[in-house]
Amino acid sequence: MAEARDGSLHRRMQNHFELFGFEPAYALDPERLERTYRDIQAKVHPDRFARAGDAERRASMQWTTRVNEAYRTLRNPLLRARYLLELNGVQAALETNTSMPPGFLMLQMEQREGLELAAAERDAGALHRMRAALRIEKRGLEDALAEQLDARRDYGAAAELVRKLMFLEKLDAEIDAAFETIEG
Amino acid sequence: MALLQISEPGQSAVPHQQRLAVGIDLGTTNSLVATVRSGVATILPDEQGRPLLPSIVRYLPGVKVEVGYAAQAHQSDDPRNTVVSVKRFMGRGRKDVAYIENSPYDFVDTPGMVQLCTAAGVKSPVEISAEILKVLRVRAEASLGGDLAGAVITVPAYFDDAQRQATKDAATLAGINVLRLLNEPTAAAIAYGLENATEGVYAVFDLGGGTFDISILKLSRGVFEVLATNGDSALGGDDFDHRVVCWALEEARLPPVQPRDIRLLHIKAREAKEALTTHGEAPLTARLSTGEFVDLTLTTEAFCRISQHLVQKTLGPTRKALRDAGLEVGDIKGVVMVGGASRMPQIQRAVSEFFRRDPLNNLDPDKVVALGAAMQANVLAGNQPTAGDWLLLDVIPLSLGVETMGGLVERIIPRNSTIPTARAQEFTTFKDGQSAMSFHAVQGERELVSDCRSLARFELRGIPPMAAGAARVLVTFQVDADGLLAVTAQEKSTGAEASIAVKPSYGLGDAEIERMLRDSYEHARDDMQARALHESRVDGERLADAVRSALGSDPGLVSAAERAEIERLLAALRANLAGTDHRAIRQAADALNRATEEFAARRMDASVRRALAGRNIANLDA
Repeated sequence: MAEARDGSLHRRMQNHFELFGFEPAYALDPERLERTYRDIQAKVHPDRFARAGDAERRASMQWTTRVNEAYRTLRNPLLRARYLLELNGVQAALETNTSMPPGFLMLQMEQREGLELAAAERDAGALHRMRAALRIEKRGLEDALAEQLDARRDYGAAAELVRKLMFLEKLDAEIDAAFETIEG
Repeated sequence: MALLQISEPGQSAVPHQQRLAVGIDLGTTNSLVATVRSGVATILPDEQGRPLLPSIVRYLPGVKVEVGYAAQAHQSDDPRNTVVSVKRFMGRGRKDVAYIENSPYDFVDTPGMVQLCTAAGVKSPVEISAEILKVLRVRAEASLGGDLAGAVITVPAYFDDAQRQATKDAATLAGINVLRLLNEPTAAAIAYGLENATEGVYAVFDLGGGTFDISILKLSRGVFEVLATNGDSALGGDDFDHRVVCWALEEARLPPVQPRDIRLLHIKAREAKEALTTHGEAPLTARLSTGEFVDLTLTTEAFCRISQHLVQKTLGPTRKALRDAGLEVGDIKGVVMVGGASRMPQIQRAVSEFFRRDPLNNLDPDKVVALGAAMQANVLAGNQPTAGDWLLLDVIPLSLGVETMGGLVERIIPRNSTIPTARAQEFTTFKDGQSAMSFHAVQGERELVSDCRSLARFELRGIPPMAAGAARVLVTFQVDADGLLAVTAQEKSTGAEASIAVKPSYGLGDAEIERMLRDSYEHARDDMQARALHESRVDGERLADAVRSALGSDPGLVSAAERAEIERLLAALRANLAGTDHRAIRQAADALNRATEEFAARRMDASVRRALAGRNIANLDA
């Protein structure tokens, strides 16, 4: 491990959408995103500059780092929505003052109890079913996000959907952990 | 239509000759070196035509070192000075080494990376690995007829930062310019994918002598994208041998035996294990130094029983990798088997049951990694005229984080992030006027620092005096294309760059590397000077070529004044390259590098813009 020489990663002010030639919007064509990502990587990746001078190698690493971060954000629906809200001045994760709807919280508690039970009984089938249900629930929230962010531009409503989606992501990670526990 | 260049007889029409580049598979049991000749990747054998180099190093009193078969011949009669499977010690501390109690070595009691006391003095795993790499470098240079421009060296995908850095340091000690550290399963995927023009999602199951990796890759239109990787950097064929040794000791009702006999039983156990790949049972016979005679028969059934839990240990990481990739078994189009230990029938069976398909065994599992590394080395050295042929997108195998209050880990870069990647984290002071701050970088998935690998402790100094909580120190973790971490820190409110002192937990400091370099040249000071001059010339010429070609292809991106300055520094570098002062060459190269920084950034921007413009036009056509 060494000391890096240059930390000026935020030199380029272009946002993630502009970087890939997209209008800032929640809905985007994943295939076009992937193609564009690969086209840019093909130009900037360090493997293209293994014989270049230090200056070009550094520029290559900064660019690749930047492109990887943008791609990671845009390809993931939750991160993309959060980022879009940030561009519009809304910090979805910080606004915890808005309490979540009681019905949603109740459902969350039930799901967690189900998860604990499945883990305790080492019931992989139940975990698979929970995951399948979670996928459907997530997709529903993502469709609603597209509606609030792109059609209505209601960022307050979108922020609440993002917070719900964050709960579901956490549950998803807990299902992973439960799988790991029962698989030993 | 351009005019063809016709060269005089005896002159080359090629602007620069083929650069000699190799791929090196630095394995636990065996190592190999390969290169691309006339477009085909080939293993470079030794003078006797043997492709493998046993990764065994024997130290004799004085300066004599034996490597490979010569050392192998003495592994049982001189176990203390004959180091096998040194890869398992790379970047590892004493408490990390499995069955250390059975080990014949004389370990030195030091914190940090293990050290071995040998007939030739105290040696670190980095120095021992460097001996293996030196032999491969000499073999390649003799066979290719010139100095190496560089090498791609493979590492297990699941190697952590300390293990990777140790490998790179070993290459430096061996006088090798590392073009890239490449993950072994990714190297195998290149060789496999290019050979078979493969498209789709594939798993590479790589069980070597001492390490296990599972990588899930998406291959499409010349891009090798690693979706997830997992593994166990202390699980391999050696562990199966160890199980057989334990079984033999029990079956033969032997009392505790001497190190040399343990070594002998290991050799016999490996032979029996290998025989079981094609036979239903195998003899295990050995005459111990005590005169006792071991005469056993190992059946496939017994071998499967005693090694069952090891086979199971490969499946946990496999499930995790699939889950991290967000895929199911049915999404995998094929499973490529890599590493000598993947030949074991029980491994083949477990993989085919898990993936519900027959694994792919059509490439030699011992050679495929070196061949893939050679192909990548050829591209990185610039020998492939159409360099845009393929692109590797690899990931970091383990999360990186810092220690926070209460011994907990705050994750900064999650595992399976595509590299290069960077993430920043803000820290603040808790005392008025506090000018220094220290933190601890760790790697791993667990929540407690004590369950993760300690990488290094950092101390930031030079924070401007401020009230408690007012300083905003931004610490950036940057992981490069080799998967190596670098850390920078900046105080944001004043813009002051804090200086960082790094203390690696299981690595060698720069001073230690320098000392080892000096030691290795102790008996040939001229040799060290010559090496330094050679290296500075190679780097300097590479830079001069790159800048010259950049000016040629993007003349519009520099002002007349900038161009004049760059030309002046280029001429200065050229003048120094003609001389013999390696420090002067380095200084001239550094100056040119600094002067071309803006130009390089502009070229990169322009290149991205062109890529995007091409895309938009393509969209209009579609």
